[in-house]
Amino acid sequence: MSAEARVPIQRDGDIIAARQKGRDLAAEAGFRGSDLTLIATAISEIARNIIVFAQRGEVSLSLIEKAGKRGVLIVAEDHGPGIPDIEQAMRDGFSTGKSLGLGLPGARRLMDEFEIISQVGKGTVITMRKWTR
Amino acid sequence: MPVPILKQGGVLIASIQTAVTDQDLVQLQDDLADKVGRFRSGGVVIDVSALDVMDSFATRMLRNLAHTLKMRGATTVIAGIQPDVAFAMVELGLTLDGILTALDLEEGFDMVATPSREDDHGVG
Repeated sequence: MSAEARVPIQRDGDIIAARQKGRDLAAEAGFRGSDLTLIATAISEIARNIIVFAQRGEVSLSLIEKAGKRGVLIVAEDHGPGIPDIEQAMRDGFSTGKSLGLGLPGARRLMDEFEIISQVGKGTVITMRKWTR
Repeated sequence: MPVPILKQGGVLIASIQTAVTDQDLVQLQDDLADKVGRFRSGGVVIDVSALDVMDSFATRMLRNLAHTLKMRGATTVIAGIQPDVAFAMVELGLTLDGILTALDLEEGFDMVATPSREDDHGVG
């Protein structure tokens, strides 16, 4: 049983690897059906964010537990340019031209918890969690 | 892996078989824009039933592809979006406004198939 996975993100094919690993891990946590697709889609969005803005980074996935509930923790980290205005980036429809502008706000909607820490010139860390019902 | 394109009468069918990369989708758009001209195809069906995720990038690519082919005089149908994928797309806020969709490849094909010459003769 692998309760943790780290997926380097360097090219667009890695996005597929990350979301497949995420789907496997989420199934292990006890997620079913549409939740697996929601988690895989959220991973796809944040992994793509790395490719588009930072070129390279890493997505790490792990099983978590709190008060008898199981869940998945997904952390996307890069050392790219950072996001100057997080509030703007989290707004629906804000796009730099390479997407529909729904990536980050969309990922937040698909997950239970979503935090983003970014420093201009240093990089971005996105932390997401989803709990089984 | 490039997406294979089949020609069936006046319709082109692109079956996206596995998780496609961004580059594959860009390539598919180029290939189809070229082939609708070469084969004078009036309809294109994109079968996405094998896709387990359609994120904002994939959706934008398919939308652009459908609009590009419309410029070239062809009608595009996106066929076979799976129930869980449809649900996730709606949650993400993604739409396919103005683009034809079908339950599966067969239904999509019927939507864009034009009568063949033999049919014309049959009717007289």
